[in-house]
Amino acid sequence: MDVLLEMKGIEKIYPNGVVANQGVDFSVAPGEIHALVGENGAGKTTLMKILFGLEQPEGGTITYKGKPLHIASPHVAIANGIGMVHQHFMLVPSLSIAENVVLGLEPKRGLSFDWKTAVSQTEELAARYNLPVNPTARVQDIPVGMRQKVEILKALMRGAELLVLDEPTAVLTPQETTELFAALKKLKSQGHTIIFISHKLREVKEISDRVTVMRAGRLIGVTDTATATERDISRMMVGRDVVLHVDKPPTTPGDAVLRVEGVRYVADTGKEVVKGVSFEVRAGEVLGIAGVEGNGQRELVEILTGLRKPSAGRVIAAGKNVTGKDCRAVRQAGVGHIPEDRMTHGVAGLGTIEENLIADRYDSKALNPRFLLSLKSVSELGKKLVKEFDIRTQSPKTPVKMLSGGNIQKVVVAREFSANPKLIVANQPTRGVDVGATEFIHKKLLENCAEGAGVLLISADLNEVMSLSHRLAVMYGGEIVAVFPNADEVTEEELGLYMLGVKRMKLAAGSEAS
Amino acid sequence: MKKEHVFEVVRSLVAILLAMLLGFIVTYLVSKQPGEAFQSFLTGPFTSPRRFGNLIEAAIPLTFTGLAVSMAFQAAQFNIGAEGQFFFGATAATIVGITVPAPGWLHPILALAVGGVAGAFVGWIPGVLKARWGASELVSSLMLNYVFFRVGMYLINYHYRDTTAGAMVSLPLKETSWLTQFLPPTRIHYGIFVAILAVIFTYLFLYRSRWGYALRMTGLNLPFANYSGINTTSVITYSQVISGVVAGIGGAVEMLGIYHRFQWLALPGYGFDGIIVAILARNNPLGIPLAALFLAYLRTGADIMARTTDVSAEMITVIQAVMILLVTAQAFLAGWKHRIVVKEAKQSV
Ligand SMILES: Nc1ncnc2c1ncn2[C@@H]1O[C@H](COP(=O)(O)OP(=O)(O)OP(=O)(O)O)[C@@H](O)[C@H]1O
Ligand SMILES: [Mg+2]
Repeated sequence: MDVLLEMKGIEKIYPNGVVANQGVDFSVAPGEIHALVGENGAGKTTLMKILFGLEQPEGGTITYKGKPLHIASPHVAIANGIGMVHQHFMLVPSLSIAENVVLGLEPKRGLSFDWKTAVSQTEELAARYNLPVNPTARVQDIPVGMRQKVEILKALMRGAELLVLDEPTAVLTPQETTELFAALKKLKSQGHTIIFISHKLREVKEISDRVTVMRAGRLIGVTDTATATERDISRMMVGRDVVLHVDKPPTTPGDAVLRVEGVRYVADTGKEVVKGVSFEVRAGEVLGIAGVEGNGQRELVEILTGLRKPSAGRVIAAGKNVTGKDCRAVRQAGVGHIPEDRMTHGVAGLGTIEENLIADRYDSKALNPRFLLSLKSVSELGKKLVKEFDIRTQSPKTPVKMLSGGNIQKVVVAREFSANPKLIVANQPTRGVDVGATEFIHKKLLENCAEGAGVLLISADLNEVMSLSHRLAVMYGGEIVAVFPNADEVTEEELGLYMLGVKRMKLAAGSEAS
Repeated sequence: MKKEHVFEVVRSLVAILLAMLLGFIVTYLVSKQPGEAFQSFLTGPFTSPRRFGNLIEAAIPLTFTGLAVSMAFQAAQFNIGAEGQFFFGATAATIVGITVPAPGWLHPILALAVGGVAGAFVGWIPGVLKARWGASELVSSLMLNYVFFRVGMYLINYHYRDTTAGAMVSLPLKETSWLTQFLPPTRIHYGIFVAILAVIFTYLFLYRSRWGYALRMTGLNLPFANYSGINTTSVITYSQVISGVVAGIGGAVEMLGIYHRFQWLALPGYGFDGIIVAILARNNPLGIPLAALFLAYLRTGADIMARTTDVSAEMITVIQAVMILLVTAQAFLAGWKHRIVVKEAKQSV
């Protein structure tokens, strides 16, 4: 078989001593879509950063188009036709799409920026690759799916023949994913080669020709996608069988543990981002809120958990009015919160696992039997939770920052679930988390629910909200636009239409989702 | 010891060595007797009990201000105000020492307590300004240094000045308030035990108490601390207040132990030196006394050198500056560290 890129014996050791790649062999054939999968912390992003010149390996060789290539920086990668779209976008929000696409390659007329040519170049490129965008729109005003396209166009503009996409679908709706895949297929038909990283095996099955699996910094194997099932791939990734679909137990919900009444939030900019939202979560049920990011879910969650004060409306958690109260009061009412951005709110990265686990109970009687904190109790609690929640670490005294994304998430989950909450607000609880850890978090979530906690689940991952929720609501433009009393009776496509604002239900005011 | 710590210690030692080397080069350039000058700088503090005593005496106030600054640093707060807290603590202790009649065992305790309260008050102001209105504690604590310097000078000059003395000094403190100098011919005094207690207290507070835990988490990640239900507003305030108590007691100890009369005409600079000490000790309370001793050693040595040779004591500022630059520069020796990490990681796989 032809080989476009061959990475051989790649070794990467980070300054903190983490061996992220050891002896990894990775090769890609011209014109294929090659999926790269593996658990959190397997070293996928690291390998791709080496390919793109963002990290220098301690060992190994790269052969590209038959010649050895030393990739000292992204400039070298770009000059050789290698492009990368990062997990987190790197666009300039205040500039237009066209300006972002030609950034650094600006067409000039005389000394000034040639805006017309920039726009026409962008249009031409967009038409050629079937990635429609409006070149004059500002990046800050366009949805994530569109930003993704801009990133891809930007790479193509620089002559990328080999395109690396690091978890491109994590934040997309099904419709957007379908569009992206169509564009990728078109790119492929025009001779481009694509490396595609994802934790969603269904997508890997759908789009890729071959799959490379990594685990713990090593190469596990390469297979043709057609001959492997999702189960095969996940077994290679995790080293055991993974339950990909959870069975949620039927439930007879009890009393409301959360009542939200007409909550509004007006941002500093004067824009109303939450427009009178009302709903209830009852004990023993999971209420899912689906929606594309940026439709007011973040603000709503922050209001419910005490991080933000509503402009109007009431929040009753576990029978206590916590409207406008701080996080402490909300927690004391019995609310647990898995925050969307684990590194900002979920943990103190430089703190140890133990220290992070006691954050919500550091002043409890149990940990302070006498005047001082009992280091013994803290360390016992740490050991117990590390074991129970399967946090992979050498010791509970390791700084959280050194864990992989999935394990950091488990630290958060362990803390929030072990406090016996009456209500759990879980915002994107498995974002960027691998299949094994996702399965685990889902299991724990449903366990808590079965024990009588109410769960409010917010997720951009439709699979997740649909399979876990008993009831479903859709949020669009700061409002709840649809409610499905039985989550099992909805199709993904239909949900997608509500999420994109194409359809909306007529809901009686005040009785929404209750 | 953890590998990470070994690197830090080695990095500090190399930084110190390089700084000394540079100091030597500078001495060589400016002095007619560089060898002698540097020798008296390095060995001077150990040539007589008195000089060694000077070293220990100098380390005591540095320990207090170092602790105060490191406590604030751990809450990710700057405490440039340790200077003013120290000064005002000394002022308050002076007043208690002059005016309050008390038996010998109670008098110093009273003076220290009042000094601590005075320091706390000075620390409380920037804490509240920050917590309530988000005013930068950096700016406000710096400005307060000069405010409380003036307030202190006013109190001493207009109310407790010794008009019979030829210089601008306060009335003498009652002997009952003195911290005994117990190791003649040195002036090493009981304040050294107070300093040791302060180290232990700060350590226990930061690492073994729920308040210290809340303080450290607030310092590591404020949004996280907030989310966890820690009242970060009050943490920020009390971190500055307790930091002020420690610095204030430091000022009081210095007054009761060494001076016995208030005679400063300018800010003595211990608070600013506390920042150096805290940086050298990486904010670890247990490292503070060592860093304080080291800085005191440099200072005492420089002093002796200036008195016995033609090199001025300012040379020490060169060494200090280079040292701090190297200790705080993350990239310093990072390449060397990385090579060792890589080697070890390879061996262990
Ligand atoms: N800059 C860094 N410094 C130190 N360690 C790092 C750094 N970046 C990544 N690591 C560590 O290297 C390992 C591999 O990380 P990498 O980001 O390549 O994983 P990944 O396979 O992309 O995982 P994910 O699916 O979570 O994105 C992890 O253990 C991670 O903690
Ligand atoms: Mg990654």
